[in-house]
Amino acid sequence: MTTKDVPTTRGEIDRSQLVEMAWDPITRIVGSLGIYTKIDFRAKKVAECHSTSSVFRGYSVFMRGKDPRDAHFITSRICGICGDNHAACSVYNQNMAYGIENPPMGDLIMNLGEAAEYMFDHNIFQENLVAVDFCEKMVRETNPSVWEKAKTTEAPHASQHGYRTIADIMTACNPFEGEISRRGLELSRMTREMFCLMEGRHVHPSTLYPGGVGTNATMQLMTDYLSRLMKYVEWMKVCVPIHDDLFDFFYQALPGYEHVGERRVLLGCWGALYHVGQGISDFKYQNMNRWGKKMYVTPGVVVDGKLVTNDLVDINLGIRILLGSSYYVDWEAEGKLVDRDPLGNPVDIRHPWNARQIPAPQKRDFDGKYSWVMSPRWFDGKDHLALDTGGGPLARLWSTALSGLVDTPYLKASNGTITITLPKTSLKPEVTLEWKIPRWSNAIERDRARTYFQAYAAALALHFVELGIEMIGKGDTKTWSDFTVPKEAISVGFTEAVRGVLSHHMVISDGKIENYQPWPPTPWNGNPRDNFGTPGPYEDAVQNTPIFEENGPDNFKGIDIMRAVRSFDPCLPCGVHMYVGGGKTIERVHTPFAAPEL
Amino acid sequence: MAVRAPAIPEINLLWINAGLSCDGDSVSLTNAQRPSVEDIVMGGIPGLPKVNVYWPLVAFETGEAFIQAFFKAERGEMEPFVLVIEGSIANERIKREGYFTGFGNDPATGQPRTLMEWIDALAPKATAVIAAGTCATYGGIHAMQGNPTGAMGLADYLGWDWRSKAGLPIINVPGCPVQPDNMSETLTQLLLFAAGRAPAPQLDDMLRPTWLFGSTVHDGCDRAGYYEQGDFASEYGDHRCLVKLGCWGPVIKCNVPKRGWMDGIGGCPNVGGICMACTMPGFPDKYMPFMDEPPGASLSTTLVTGYGRFIRTMRAATIATGDREPKWRQRGDALTTGYTPRGY
Repeated sequence: MTTKDVPTTRGEIDRSQLVEMAWDPITRIVGSLGIYTKIDFRAKKVAECHSTSSVFRGYSVFMRGKDPRDAHFITSRICGICGDNHAACSVYNQNMAYGIENPPMGDLIMNLGEAAEYMFDHNIFQENLVAVDFCEKMVRETNPSVWEKAKTTEAPHASQHGYRTIADIMTACNPFEGEISRRGLELSRMTREMFCLMEGRHVHPSTLYPGGVGTNATMQLMTDYLSRLMKYVEWMKVCVPIHDDLFDFFYQALPGYEHVGERRVLLGCWGALYHVGQGISDFKYQNMNRWGKKMYVTPGVVVDGKLVTNDLVDINLGIRILLGSSYYVDWEAEGKLVDRDPLGNPVDIRHPWNARQIPAPQKRDFDGKYSWVMSPRWFDGKDHLALDTGGGPLARLWSTALSGLVDTPYLKASNGTITITLPKTSLKPEVTLEWKIPRWSNAIERDRARTYFQAYAAALALHFVELGIEMIGKGDTKTWSDFTVPKEAISVGFTEAVRGVLSHHMVISDGKIENYQPWPPTPWNGNPRDNFGTPGPYEDAVQNTPIFEENGPDNFKGIDIMRAVRSFDPCLPCGVHMYVGGGKTIERVHTPFAAPEL
Repeated sequence: MAVRAPAIPEINLLWINAGLSCDGDSVSLTNAQRPSVEDIVMGGIPGLPKVNVYWPLVAFETGEAFIQAFFKAERGEMEPFVLVIEGSIANERIKREGYFTGFGNDPATGQPRTLMEWIDALAPKATAVIAAGTCATYGGIHAMQGNPTGAMGLADYLGWDWRSKAGLPIINVPGCPVQPDNMSETLTQLLLFAAGRAPAPQLDDMLRPTWLFGSTVHDGCDRAGYYEQGDFASEYGDHRCLVKLGCWGPVIKCNVPKRGWMDGIGGCPNVGGICMACTMPGFPDKYMPFMDEPPGASLSTTLVTGYGRFIRTMRAATIATGDREPKWRQRGDALTTGYTPRGY
């Protein structure tokens, strides 16, 4: 088989040649996702894509009327890989509602736990779920000529990681058998041990409470964590160059690969890892802009490469929940719960504080309603922007690099660059890594950013451990603040789930939950077409994807589409489904968004 | 001497994660170390049949190529197989149309195929059925009061007296999520049973493995000694017994504090987290609000406080005695140990 007609420029789509291809369920993600496409095999392009989520559980429905203090225990169960991000976000949210802050050691222990979660989750997803799409077994099946080329391509960083050719790296990625796959699993467990030291259990933590944590802050806690962390730091010195070599090879071997999963730069990051120290992270809405900018991952909305805002109040007020093509009845008739934010700014009826879920199960119809996911958008005053999270790391690094506010001993953001310094470890000298804002928001850069963010989280964890040891030395070991639940309150919590933006909005009436609205990253990334007809980011990114796979419709695996979708790190406890619709040719298709514009 | 071959050379493991779940039980299984999932799949445990895993979280195949195995199982082409269900069962009968949870599509209609349909199709053909995690076992969080889906556990759907064609009841491994090694260990025993190498897992009346769920959290908790001495934490972050702060440990069947969350690390009350009863059939409603003192705890802690304080005082005196070395360990010029030297 040869690589024939690989498009380097993108021509017209012949609609009479479209073939329906669907993948349902999409595996190697968390949850249930279906991807339904129409593909032009002659032009080697995806013409149209719908993404659908096939699970409805109803958290916002059954949380109504419950005790607000139960919110973090319940919402953790939204996600089975980053449930702790929900629990943490809910703690931040409750802190605002109850008017309290965590003691500094409480913030520190949460940061150490959350940093371990990033290190764990990115690692297992990258090496055991994403890497399979780039492994020898897969590449031989989908692109034999690329495999041939990999065998003769020397790995540029071989001296740092020990793999002589790109093919050697691909072989090491083979699931369960390859060295990188097995190393990934082992490290995913060690990092989960680090997580459990801080937050008790994975994936639903036991030690988080509004007001802080129940964990005992001792030297043992810090050394148990640090000794494991240093093994991870040492692996980062190998892991980052491995992935740079693998990903750069795809650009080189398949010219035009930058368009796989590409979409306009529309990125959102809600900030993560709260500043440790008295009087900064006070969780007061009025001070949100100030404490948001002190986070160790800087919040921001990035449009076409420019920072639109890094003020969490602006970010909050711009969020809109559109029903789009989802199976719900509109709530507007029920009226507003919140008319003004605590600063007096007007709050839209489509803002999460006012949103409600009224489920209406119905048949799936790709021309009508086809998903359980609503369409969150960010309103910039003019347009409802379909922001994505870049799978988490791409938006976090991009936003943090543009703001240039983070400055710690091992990590510095400035001038569009993130500089990570990893200190000497047992077997390797000090290493400095640099991540620079890339040219594209595409599959490869989302995947690359993930590896760099693993190093980012490790560098911050080093700083946190050092801070923790210093604080323990001073006897600063209080981890929890007492509180009372008010009769009435409105509140919001912001953080970054592993795969991107996470917000929890709450309205308390008569001491009970009146409305609880968790908005995790996957609704932002995996939503269906909204009321304006704008596709969700997965749909958009897949629609822009050229096909490089060498298989035809009969044995098509959809590898380029899978790489595009998995680059977002889908986590719909509910799945994406891609199902080959029998290779049926469609006579005529009218889809206004089918033609990719590049 | 040759290793005895398993009674069956191969077995298929079909895992459906499309209940109302968070996939946390799948993720937990990747966390298991005793044994690990690689050990089970790669032939690292002697006596196990070859295990072919059809598990969405790590499957090489996707879409049609993946879900074929489940349709083949329905046609009777995958036996013997073990069926694992993750997530609670949405009651699809309570609405006119649509679906709450689907797994692949029904080829006849092109609509998502619901979990209830899959269970109806596959359970009669399975050698054994495992419910992984509290959602699948008893309904869990998604079956909370006020839920819109009518969610329930697998035994609520199939019936508590249901038996597989091999005569096995449903095997429930509760936990939210399931403790990693509890899951991999139960699975291993079941596979060894299928291979004719071990007895079937012994289950209690709620279909839980007895050796994992026969004791309470409190029985294995590091902090139970504080309880015995009537010494209770008054705020989170305190190292003492958490029962007055919402811990249900004394009445919850679970081995987590004893086993730790992984490799002996972490857990719940032993590391500062209240036990919220996540392994129990009555979870979550019977234990909410979680942060309130359990009603029975105020009586039991009052009763134990008088006794506990007395014991604590007595023990403190004994500790104080033991905290001092015997007086003959001294640097003076006389030997006071009781030995009478004859040679010096």
